[in-house]
Order: sequence, then structure tokens, then C-alpha cells
Amino acid sequence: MNDNTISKEDKALLDKFLADNQLFLGPDPDIMRNHSLSPRSAAEDAILKKGLDTHQVHHVRGLINAALSEAFTMVNQMGAAPGAKWGDLVTGIYTAQGDLAMIAPHGIIAFAACCFYPIRFIIKNWTNDQTVGVKDGDGFIHNDARYGGIHNTDQSMMVPLFWKGELVCWLSSTIHEGENGACEPGGMPAAAESKYDEGIKMSPFKVVENFQLKRDLVTFLQNSVRDPKLQLEDMKVKLHAVMRLRDRIIAILDQFGRDALMGTLRLHLEDTETEMRRRIRELPDGTVRVLQFMDSSLRENCMQKISLAITVKGDRMVLDFRGTAPQFLNRSVNTNIASFKAALCTGLLQNIWPDLPHTMAVLSPIEIITDRNSIIDAEGEMPQAMSLMPLFKGCVVWTIPMAKLNYSLPHKYSAIVASQYDQAATFIYGGVTQHGDITGNFCADINGNGQGARSHADGEHSVSPVFGFMCDSGEHEINEEDTPIIRLGAQRLAKDRVAWGKYRGGLGYEQIATARGSGLWGFMTGCEGSKFPSAQGLFGGYSCPSYQLLKIKGINIFEELKKDPKVVEVFDIVELMNKRPIPGGKYSSNDMGMTFEVCNEGEIYMICQGSGGGYGDVLERDPALVMKDLAEDLMSHENARDIYKVVYDEKTLVVDEDATQKLRADCRGERIRRAKPFDQFCKEWVTAEPPAHLPYFGSWDNPREIYATTMGQRVKMPADQLQGAFMLNPKDVRIAELEAELAACKAVKA
Amino acid sequence: MKVLITEYLRINLDTERWECRRCGHEHGSARDNYKRGLLVHDRDPREVHKPLLDTNLYERTYSPDPTWCRILEYYCPQCGVMVEAEYLPPGHPPLHDVELDIDALKLQWQGRDEVQEPAVGPDLALEKVRHGRALHEHSHGH
Repeated sequence: MNDNTISKEDKALLDKFLADNQLFLGPDPDIMRNHSLSPRSAAEDAILKKGLDTHQVHHVRGLINAALSEAFTMVNQMGAAPGAKWGDLVTGIYTAQGDLAMIAPHGIIAFAACCFYPIRFIIKNWTNDQTVGVKDGDGFIHNDARYGGIHNTDQSMMVPLFWKGELVCWLSSTIHEGENGACEPGGMPAAAESKYDEGIKMSPFKVVENFQLKRDLVTFLQNSVRDPKLQLEDMKVKLHAVMRLRDRIIAILDQFGRDALMGTLRLHLEDTETEMRRRIRELPDGTVRVLQFMDSSLRENCMQKISLAITVKGDRMVLDFRGTAPQFLNRSVNTNIASFKAALCTGLLQNIWPDLPHTMAVLSPIEIITDRNSIIDAEGEMPQAMSLMPLFKGCVVWTIPMAKLNYSLPHKYSAIVASQYDQAATFIYGGVTQHGDITGNFCADINGNGQGARSHADGEHSVSPVFGFMCDSGEHEINEEDTPIIRLGAQRLAKDRVAWGKYRGGLGYEQIATARGSGLWGFMTGCEGSKFPSAQGLFGGYSCPSYQLLKIKGINIFEELKKDPKVVEVFDIVELMNKRPIPGGKYSSNDMGMTFEVCNEGEIYMICQGSGGGYGDVLERDPALVMKDLAEDLMSHENARDIYKVVYDEKTLVVDEDATQKLRADCRGERIRRAKPFDQFCKEWVTAEPPAHLPYFGSWDNPREIYATTMGQRVKMPADQLQGAFMLNPKDVRIAELEAELAACKAVKA
Repeated sequence: MKVLITEYLRINLDTERWECRRCGHEHGSARDNYKRGLLVHDRDPREVHKPLLDTNLYERTYSPDPTWCRILEYYCPQCGVMVEAEYLPPGHPPLHDVELDIDALKLQWQGRDEVQEPAVGPDLALEKVRHGRALHEHSHGH
């Protein structure tokens, strides 16, 4: 009788056979789904049990920090990618097991928080593979986020550090390179409908031996992207920065010994994890919740929900994302769970507890629950080239609920703040430069997200990207030397496009761009929030408004300016669109998600960075702050009166305090008169399912039931059996609409 | 003992009631959803985020689309202060956003002094940005 049982020996033989004959070493779920620290290695355990001199640990940690900072500066100074120049990079150090221990103080945490996945992959698969191996002088490259990473524009160089024959740690350098040979230039193709549209997809592989780049592989990579010079230069830059970092770490090893280095790295991680647990324990026990809505797939408007419940009990914290929208099969706004966790890590360190060490250990004690095949835990063949959409949401998703947990604490580690603006509001570009080179990348304006308002002050304007502290918004003069992009308007704060509140959000700024001197040039933009606002307010503060992409096509502004230098009084988006001063222009207001589009010479494209969320009731805003905003031309008189209910003299900006107080009291009374008790309101308001007109993705009232629209039809499915949604081609949809209109017209005529 | 939970809400641990921090109005049991003690108004988002572009010329004007987005404004029924502004698609159930374990909260605050005014944490995010900018300026020499 065959009962399918096999002996222990046969089982071991079978396992070995399967392991030795794996056909494809794809992303490994054992690695990709584990964001926790590895258990101590035997070496680490022995070192820590022996005990370390804490003064020496502090000293060594300082030296490592300095070394990481130096390597960061090298990449920042020498890197060719626009992202490198603005600081969109990081250098990091990992334990011998691949756990991220420390990053350069100004580096982008998310990059390093992803890099330990490919390093763990290398350790697991290449160390004992006779055709690869891991040796002194080796370097490994990687860009495919499915093996760890934010998105495929980022390329990493990862190097093992051997000392006296023993692998003691790993070092890395990562840059947002941009161009990667995808179906649209610039590396972030919203048009990608499968992962095969995303350009080059490097699983972790060896590209350096004996500290030298292997030219055959470099050539292959150069041949796969639109900017071969950039590809070569930045591979050199990252390698040499990591080699300098290696020199510095070896100097530390020579001076203090192996135990001091390995012990410091491990202790740093364990101490951070301990501190995280202590802080969680300080929070009140209970559950806080938040919902985010993303209104676009960047190809069409559709409403995708991200649902989060944070539960605290003692020193345990659970982030439950179940009920979130399902993944798209043929849209690029998905992310895998490892990248999403890196975004969560970033958000914690950016706006919640920025004082914690920037290591993966901050996330290590937190349990994260998701629905498999949801938009934040996408798997399989789906594209994820525009994963920035859910990832940016991940950076801010716990800002609001954590403020609700943190507010009561007698001691706060950082200010209470509303959500930062969370869209990649920048021009992505590509084409032939005025120098005849092919290029594709994106502008530094991505780094100008407005800060959320704080519990004690307004948000700062265009403060930083949502994913890092240190990023420049670039210099247009340099950009204009390198590319055909001409800035007609820049860094002008977007008046009235702000989240109102007792304290308002920090504003974003306008970007007005055109092209000159190129035979072929174009732009794309990748933002949501044109129908449903992005950055959430806090404690009665409003969200930011919606934002649009504006175009003036069919003109050449340079010709118009030649004819009449005063044709445009001021390059201000609202004025240009309402006054339409350029004759013959086709003016349009569009969704902020636009796939690559040719910009003929002198045509105008306009977007703006957004505002962070507001804080508190608008009727509590100090009238003096309202007058300050008016004086600085950040808002109109209409909004000062209608939103903030301030009575003042428009010429002198002198406030009538008594009249303002009375007007605000009347307004509070009016609120009470017009509103309904909650239970009564819900009876009238809540519907059994999403409105029929809304292409809705995610749970409604029950987190275990998920709605989606696939092939144009609404479906409902159990959350633990999610199927990806397949979207119709927007052009087919439009053709069908026009054909229906035509048929109706013909019918009337007949 | 009263514990400050948000800018406009506190929990009275003795009575186990949600209270308004502006006027002291009791919103209901602290073991229940505080929103049940508030008034709600469904606000057209175009009233708050007014169109900046000419609505005769353009459909998209910087205002949210009212068929996709509504603002639920929650007010204290006694003083009218706006406690929350919740952005939802039309008909979506309001979120039970704060659900605390009151017994655990009582135990936690046994060892703490009552806080009358909320502590303000340091602006660490901003400090880091400023430090980063200074470093960048230095390293680029401009």
C-alpha cells in the first residue's frame, strides 16, 4: 500500500534535491515577508554575553556614523543622477547576517530599509553557490523591488566586508538613478501594464570582482537603459564610495577589533528595539483607525482605499491593513509588502519619532497584517513601477492615528503634526536633449512637499519630500543646462491651495515648465488627489485641496514672447488659466496623473506641490495669523472672510476683534443648528455599498468583503481570496463612449 | 483625573465619560464612540476648498469632486467647536477612530500626574530638515 509516507532519510534527500534543482531563484517569501531582526548569530551572542564597554560602543558608533556620512557626501558630490545631486541616496552598514544597523545621518532611510532583503538573498543563495560565491572584493548590484527596494529606479551596490578572512558586515550605497529602460522614460512608467514594461530588472548579482566593475556586465546594463553614461558613472561612484566606507570600517576594526564592531552593530539594533517597545508601552492600550483614499491609477480615476487599525496592548503593537484595495493586474500603482514596510519605517522616523536611530529595528517589534494580493501586498506578475503611490501613503498613514495615541502622553518625543503632503508632484521627463543625448529622469521638485500643521504652529512650506529630511529642490539653471526644460515659473507658493485650520498646512509651490531646443521632448506626472484630497488634517483641521495638471497646448510661448514681451503679465497658474492671455492656446485642466506626452517647443505644463494637512478648528485661528497670510499673499480675502470668519479692513489689515468674536460665535451657533446627532445622521448617510457611479476598490462597511471593478464590472470578494483587478484600456472606454454618443445622434437623426 | 486625548477631547477617568475640552460638555461613555455624542454635518467640499479656476471654463478647479468626496464635520453640541473633519466617499460609514481600553488607561494613569495642558514635543522633523539643508549648502558651496 502506498500511504505517501517517506522515511526521514528519503525526506532529507528529497529536500536536498529540490533545493539543488530550483529552476528559478525568484523573490523569496521567507526573506521578503520578514521585517524582523534575525536572531543573534553565534558570534554576536558570544560577543554580547562577554559584555561590551558602553563608552567604547558609543565611540565606535560615532566613527561608523562619520564614515557613513563621508561616503554619503562622496556620492552626493560625484553622483551623476539628478537624484544623487539632491540627496536622494543613502549609504548603510549591515550586520554579517544582513540586518540593517545604521545609515548615513542624512540618508534616505527607505532605501536602506529595503536593502537588507537583497543582502539576505545574496547570503542565502550565492554564498555557497560555486558559480557565484561571496568573496573579499566582490560587489553586488540590484534594482528590482521584488527582491527588496522602493522601486526599480533605485540601484544599489552591496559589498561584503571581510576582516582577517571573516565576513564581519555588509556595506551599501543606493541612489535614485531614474532612467532604467522602462516603457516610458524616467524609470517610473505609469503606462506599465505588466512587469515586463518596467525596464531592466536586476535581481541581486555580482558585478564587481577584485574591487573592479566587470565591464561586460556594465555594458549589458548600459545597453538596457536610455542613459548609458549615467549608468556607468554612477556604478563607479557607488562602488568607490563604498570602498572608502570599507577603508574607514577596516580602520575601526584595526583599532578596536572585530568584537567591538560586530557587537556595536548588534547592540545598536537590540537597544533600538528595546526602546521601541518601551515607547509602545507608554501609549494607551486600545485601537486607533484611519482611512486613506487614492483616487487614481494614473491611467484613470478610481477610488482605492487603504485601511489601517493600530492596536496597542502593553508593549505589543499591531498594524492591521486588512480591508485595503486589491492589487491591479495591469496598472503600475501596486507595491509589494517589503517595500511598503520600508515606507512605514520612513514615516515613523520622519514625522512620529524622528529621534530614534534610523535602523530597521524600529519596525522589528511591530506586527503587520495585510490581505495578500492587496495593493500594498501585491504579488505575482503585477507591475509596480509606480509603487510610489501606495508607498507615499505608507509614509504618512500612521501620522494621524499615532497623533491620537501620542497626544495624551505627559512627555512627547516630537511635535504632534498633521499629514505631510504625500504626492510625487514633480515633472518626469524624457527625450533628446539640446546636446543630442537621450535621457529620462525627474525634477527635484518632488522634494518640496508641504509640512502638516503642528499642534502649536503652522506647517512649513515645501519642507522636504515625504520620504526623507535632507533633499534639495534643485537648481533650475543647472537643469536648464542639461535638459531642454525651461522654467517659466518656479518656487511661487500656491496661493489659496492650502489646508485650513487653527494652524494651516505648509504650502507647496507652482511649477510651470516648457521645452526648448529639443527635437523630441515630453513630460509625465504621477500624482493622485485631483478628485479626493491627499494630505489629511488633524483634530478638526481640513485636508489639502485637490490639485490639477494644467496645460496650454498649441502655442509656442517663446514666439509669443518675441511678438509681445508683455503677453504674460505674470506666470501664475490661476491667472494664466482664468485670463487666457496667450491667443490661440488650448487651455485644459486635467488629472494629475498623466502618462508620457510629447511637449512641443513652447507648450506649457503646470502643476504645483501640495499643502500638508491643517490642525484644529478654523474658527480658533488667531486673526493675526490670518492677516499675516494675507500680507504674505498666501491667501485671498474671500477665504479669510469665509473660512476663518475674520472681520478686518482689507486695506490696512486691521482686525475688528469684537466683530470677529461675534461672527465666530454666530458661526458656531449656525453649526449646531444645521448639524444632526450622529446616530440619526448615520441612518440617513450610510449606504449598503459604494455608490454605483464610483469605481471603488476596497472594503466598505465590512473589512472582510472587498469591492473592485474589473473589466468594467463591479465585483465583491472575500478579503482572504483577493483577485487582482483588470482594467479596461482608457482609450477603449473613450471610444465606446463616443460610439454610443454617435449611435444616439444617428438614432435621433433617423 | 482627566486625560487629554485630542485637541478637543478628554476622558474623565472618574466618570468614564468623554468631555469637550472647550466647554466641558459630556459626549457619552468613554467606552463608546465619542462621535455618538457629537453633531455631524455633511459638507460640500467646494464650500471649503473653493474653485480657483473659472467653473464655466473648467470641470477641474482645485476643488474636490463632490460626487467622490464629502466632508463630515463633527461639532460639540454645546459650544459648536469642530472636533473632527472626516473626508469620505458619499455614504461610507464614519470611522470609529479612537477606541481605548479604559480599564488599562486607569491603571496607566495611576502613576502619573494629571496633565492640564498638553506637552509640546520638540520640532524634530523640522530641525532635521534645517540641519540637512545647512549640510547640503555647505557641501555644495553655495
